[in-house]
Amino acid sequence: MTPFTFARAADAPEAVRLGAAPGARYLGGGTNLVDLMRETIEQPAIVVDVTGLSSAIEEGPDGSLLIGAAARNTAVAEHPAVRSRYPLLARAIVAGASAQIRNMATVGGNILQRTRCTYFYDDDGARCNKRSPGQGCDAIDGFNRIHAVLGASDACVATHPSDMCVALAALDARVHLDGPQGRRSVALTDLHRLPEDHPELDTILAPGELITAIELPALPFAMHSAYRKVRDRASYAFALVSVAAAIDVSDGTVRDVRLALGGVAHKPWRARIAEDALKGKPATVDSFRAAAAAELAAAKPLRDNAFKIALAQRTLVAVLESLTGRQP
Amino acid sequence: MPLPVSITINGAATPLPDDPRVSLLDLLREHLQLPGTKQGCNQGACGACTVLVDGEQRILSCLALAVQYAGRSVTSIEGLADGEGLHPLQQAFIEHDGFQCGYCTPGQICSAIGMAAELRRGVPSYVTDDIAAAAVEFSHDEVRERMSGNLCRCGAYNGIVAAITDTVGEAP
Repeated sequence: MTPFTFARAADAPEAVRLGAAPGARYLGGGTNLVDLMRETIEQPAIVVDVTGLSSAIEEGPDGSLLIGAAARNTAVAEHPAVRSRYPLLARAIVAGASAQIRNMATVGGNILQRTRCTYFYDDDGARCNKRSPGQGCDAIDGFNRIHAVLGASDACVATHPSDMCVALAALDARVHLDGPQGRRSVALTDLHRLPEDHPELDTILAPGELITAIELPALPFAMHSAYRKVRDRASYAFALVSVAAAIDVSDGTVRDVRLALGGVAHKPWRARIAEDALKGKPATVDSFRAAAAAELAAAKPLRDNAFKIALAQRTLVAVLESLTGRQP
Repeated sequence: MPLPVSITINGAATPLPDDPRVSLLDLLREHLQLPGTKQGCNQGACGACTVLVDGEQRILSCLALAVQYAGRSVTSIEGLADGEGLHPLQQAFIEHDGFQCGYCTPGQICSAIGMAAELRRGVPSYVTDDIAAAAVEFSHDEVRERMSGNLCRCGAYNGIVAAITDTVGEAP
């Protein structure tokens, strides 16, 4: 690990002040950043512990929910309002990592965790444009079973590893930011980038910018929602494909629907094509299949991951069938 | 803000290392000569380094910088027994052959104590049927899922689940 200075911020203003220094990095639970520092993939000069920021989970008068960035993953998953009103979020969080890691990891850190692409981690032997811009990508022609099928570029085929973010994308979550240029909020779906020519940039965050909270707008039909994760073992593994879904059906017609995919792209993938294909349509297996096929129509397989295209469609259909009672 | 200058390990206030790179695991094993907590993968994949923070919150000491836990209280496997009297889970692991080589055992036991506290609080898991229910029903599947962060290369899982079931839950 490269030497660094450690500082703890009492609140967001102090964190932003400390985080403005060159080479500063914010530290949440440390479950990803400490590992990356040990591998010298991340070499911050200053580590600013931001677990002193708000971890409160507050219900707003308009039915929204505000979750402080320092809230631990476990605290969010066990909160009664999350479990009853946004069950897909509670399910997504407990689908991720292990209980120990969920006790440590913060909401802000979960969002900003980096890809688990094996070539990104292999800084001794592999080329990686995300780790060393311009170096090349050994995943594109390498072992790429776990890599992206949507929105990838010639520079990077890495996926975003978070489960929680897939649910947040489906829920139209907004991310509250504070930074040297002041406060702003952005949609979670706009926070993470597609790789394009700059895979070293995971997000649109400006230097020194800090996540302070996540806001979930009211979404009554999210009471009936689901998160399904397909992985190589039954627990404690990253997603090959995951689906977050909420659907509002009346008189057999889809009134509204929210769909997002994990494990398929450089960012949590909001499936708007599938959503648009379903709205106003009969809530039938044929509609679900057509919508899933439309969403994945632009998918591009690599050598080892073509299975993800079929898997994503089937998982989407299965989750929608389950939510609409077509199948147990 | 100023950092607390010490960390409490098994009830004793201990100075923090000067170097912030020292992990909580290395603080325990290398600085305090408490080798009960084990280093397995050192990257958060195996659970051998599991310890308890502020009572019964289970965390991975390999992914924790010791300075992150300044001012907090940490319990390792060495802090569980009451003199010569073993913690009930330690006793149950012996009675149910919950180990073979024993390397993962300190992490398994600390993790199971944390798991029991999470169950009492009603924290849901991936296999919980009714995610909105206030209480979680103890079951074999719940234990297997909730303990999935602790690997055992000897494959003593049946004994581990039996020891936990005997101590924490109803017999299935």
